Amino acid sequence: MGNGEEDGVLDPITEGLIRAIQLILSGDPEVYRITALSVFVSISGTLLSCVWSVPISAVLALRNFPGKRTIKGLFNALIGIPTVALGLYLYLLLSRSGPFGYFQLLYTPYAIIIGQCVLVTPIIVSFTTSALESVDPDLRTLARTLGASSRQTDAVILMEARWGVILAVIAAFNRAFAELGVAMMLGGNIRDFTRVLTTAIALQTAMGEIAFSIALSIILLGIVISLSIIVNLARR
Amino acid sequence: MNVMISHLEAHNLTKMYDGSLALEQVNVRALARQVTSIVGVNGAGKTTFLRILAGLDTPSEGKILIDAMEFRPEELRTHCTMVFQKSVMLGGTVYDNVAYGLRVNRTSKQDIPSKVKFALSIVNLNGFEKRKARKLSSGEQQRVAIARALALERDVILIDEPTANLDPANATIIEQSIKESAQSRVVLLSTHNLPQARRLSHRTVHLHRGRVVEEGDTASFFANPRDKRTKLFINGELQF
Repeated sequence: MGNGEEDGVLDPITEGLIRAIQLILSGDPEVYRITALSVFVSISGTLLSCVWSVPISAVLALRNFPGKRTIKGLFNALIGIPTVALGLYLYLLLSRSGPFGYFQLLYTPYAIIIGQCVLVTPIIVSFTTSALESVDPDLRTLARTLGASSRQTDAVILMEARWGVILAVIAAFNRAFAELGVAMMLGGNIRDFTRVLTTAIALQTAMGEIAFSIALSIILLGIVISLSIIVNLARR
Repeated sequence: MNVMISHLEAHNLTKMYDGSLALEQVNVRALARQVTSIVGVNGAGKTTFLRILAGLDTPSEGKILIDAMEFRPEELRTHCTMVFQKSVMLGGTVYDNVAYGLRVNRTSKQDIPSKVKFALSIVNLNGFEKRKARKLSSGEQQRVAIARALALERDVILIDEPTANLDPANATIIEQSIKESAQSRVVLLSTHNLPQARRLSHRTVHLHRGRVVEEGDTASFFANPRDKRTKLFINGELQF
């Protein structure tokens, strides 16, 4: 009886795994469409966030000003913000009756990009600031004695911390890629339009389509793990 | 290098850190084509003094003159450069390290290779251009640091304890390069290694608890010290 129960639990998973591999290898168009949109919105959100997050980190790490510790603490605290809560606040801002309703961004891929952008900003800021602060302060002094301007000195520090900055960006991408709340609330999980890997997995699992969910989760994990491996190899 | 300067003068330099005096009314005159050694026990204020001359710290009082002209800290950095006790290497090769200062100071691209080569030859590191700077031994790194400073062709080179904890072979090469660099500029050397000060310097200044207690030409400084603390220091009996 015990064996029968175990078989009953194991069989759908094994079957799901086999079908998942078939779906991936056969080039199922829906699987690839969902994956492509996920990669697009997560890369866009992460890179857009870098535009302000890296300069903010440089200021936090390399300049002294009143309130610096408080701001750093705030960014650290925001790393753990629940994505559903963030999704809700952004939903209110982007909905028709909200202040940005005019732009009609809700339930579009752009809304997901905006949400992921906001979501990953604290991650990039905190990790990049930490990477910049960990650079030997004597390097700064050295650059100054060799005649470097303030900007050139900052460039030396940024160059030195480049791997820390890259890891911060990768961590941010992974967070954006794997989050559900923002994509669900701002994208609406519309088939062939805003459906990304995480929202599709949630939906397909609820519908009992375990094989499809497993296929998508294998892709999700594969991309996240491959990226980390590639970065580690490049670092060597 | 442009027209060579004749001397550097620290005039009544005082530096306070958190209410305590690190330097008090320090007056030092260092001439070009000479090595001036600043000697003293650890904590005497030697590094603080050099950092002020390098424009890295601002004095609480006093001024720094080069050929009788006063310079602000940020202006000093265009005339002086400093070699630190702990050599810090930039990422990349030995060439990248020595060329860095030349690049940020907008030296013509064509001139950089020859200047790097010349600077490396002074510290006996010919052929090291492509080596990773951070993979070198500490002695070799210190020699790169000296080459990096020499390549800039500044009027004043400030060298802080350059051979502390180095093996004799590297120390000898570094001492030789210090002598050579003094042929065309002001060299100030901070050291607690008295035999080294005796070997290298034309003038010696004894800094004790942030104050100059004795200075003079090196021969008479060591032969006939006037100050009691200098006598004790030379005999290795001075307690800080």
